[in-house]
Amino acid sequence: MNEIGVEIENVTVTYNGKVALHSASLQLQAGSIHGLVGMNGAGKSTLFKAIMGFVKPATGRISIDGLSIHQAQKRNLVAYVPQSEEVDWDFPVNVHDVVMMGRYGYMNLLRIPRSIDKQSVRASLERVEMWEMRDRQIGELSGGQKKRAFFARALAQQGTVLLLDEPFAGVDIKTEKMMVDLLIELRQSGHTILISTHDLASITTFCDRVVLVNRSILAYGSTDEVFTEENLARAFGGSVGDFSAAKTQIDLDRQQ
Amino acid sequence: MDIIEWFIAPLQYEFMLKAILVSALVGIVCSALSCYMTLKGWALMGDAVSHAVMPGVVIAYILNIPLAVGAFVFGVGSVIAIGFVKEKTRVKEDTVIGLVFTGFFALGLVLVSKVKSSIDLTHILFGNVLGISDGDIIQTVIIAVITLGTLAILRKDLILFCFDSTHARSIGLNITFLYYVLLSLLSLTAVAGLQTVGIILVVAMLVTPGATAYLLSDNFDHMMLIAMASGVFSSVMGTYISYHIDGSTGGCIVVLQTLLFVVAMIFAPKHGMIARSRNSHVDR
Repeated sequence: MNEIGVEIENVTVTYNGKVALHSASLQLQAGSIHGLVGMNGAGKSTLFKAIMGFVKPATGRISIDGLSIHQAQKRNLVAYVPQSEEVDWDFPVNVHDVVMMGRYGYMNLLRIPRSIDKQSVRASLERVEMWEMRDRQIGELSGGQKKRAFFARALAQQGTVLLLDEPFAGVDIKTEKMMVDLLIELRQSGHTILISTHDLASITTFCDRVVLVNRSILAYGSTDEVFTEENLARAFGGSVGDFSAAKTQIDLDRQQ
Repeated sequence: MDIIEWFIAPLQYEFMLKAILVSALVGIVCSALSCYMTLKGWALMGDAVSHAVMPGVVIAYILNIPLAVGAFVFGVGSVIAIGFVKEKTRVKEDTVIGLVFTGFFALGLVLVSKVKSSIDLTHILFGNVLGISDGDIIQTVIIAVITLGTLAILRKDLILFCFDSTHARSIGLNITFLYYVLLSLLSLTAVAGLQTVGIILVVAMLVTPGATAYLLSDNFDHMMLIAMASGVFSSVMGTYISYHIDGSTGGCIVVLQTLLFVVAMIFAPKHGMIARSRNSHVDR
């Protein structure tokens, strides 16, 4: 089960001459859940963008399941669940429309859904218990339902690599539990999962591996090895507030 | 009887018949595109492109080629220029848009003033649908076919592009292509629109029907139909009214569109001001 899902070799990303991510090398393993941890501006979203092929690295290369990013896109391999803030919730689309967008890459030019696409959308919506909500305009949903709708889109896309940006921000307990269960299920079926989160406590509960970033990769490896006080202090650059809060959460979590 | 007379009387003139048909067609085309403009947040872009086509229109007149060709080159060219200046300088985008389109527009004014023998500036600025030529009608029909055809074929991709371009890219859609498709359609419809309401008001045709429909529906297809209906209604009725009051046709069309928007803004069942204030009372 130790196949490499995403291989990042010596990747440097710059914006207008400023280095956002320096010489990052990293292997995301298939059948693992990776937690991506770092401060705002540490390069988490840059790493996401690099994996999705939205920024061209100044140096280095990225491959996905052994393919180039372009090939991976054409095969719908990388599914992305956006942060809630990135979505226009007033847009006139309903839940079913959104999940169907996960299938566009498989359809013909006119994007006319075949029965397999409809089945996949239905199965995905049922999996997150949103089938009954399929005709709702997305802005009418609760925070947790919104997340589940976009999670269903990623499921319908049937990629092998799943990127989730702050998936647990503003969601209810039911949604969080459902998503964690689903992620664990996807891990077992060999998906490569990368989750960016501020919720450090949740990382120890279900992430196998952790990636710490601060403009470069500070550490990556199994959660037990990497999630140490010392490493976290480096990742949060002595920002005591963040760190002590995180530490308290982790301690509480470990006591439980 | 008076009402029937009001509608029938102008039709005895061929120019009025043509004007009403062309206005209706332009109303449909611009309204269809306006849904995408509204949802993508491209109102400012629409304003910029519709003004920037001016020199292209004048040069096309001089060279005696279809106006749409000149407009297309300068419409797309202006956006490339905007992108270039934004990337190469520290000036913010809205500033760049403002300065590029006014620069293009001013160039157009200079050109018109130097070749005034054949072009009437007021027709370009304020439209001249009552005096539209057969050649212009054919051009409008061609633009309508291209625009509506493209919007029909790429409908779902364009909706996704407006809604979530990140996802569109991640599944390998060519969003640069979609960007330029929307932009090209914008340039083409600007030409269609400028014949009826003129260059200055064409942005209203490309924004207002979509905004009105956006307040009235949460479903894209319904939004499209509502936008088209309001666009056609305003165009046709505006042309009639301008005939009866002997006023500016473009002005009448856009005033009607704006009134429809105001009605929707106040009375829309879900997103109107009355419904919203009622809902906020319930919440408390």
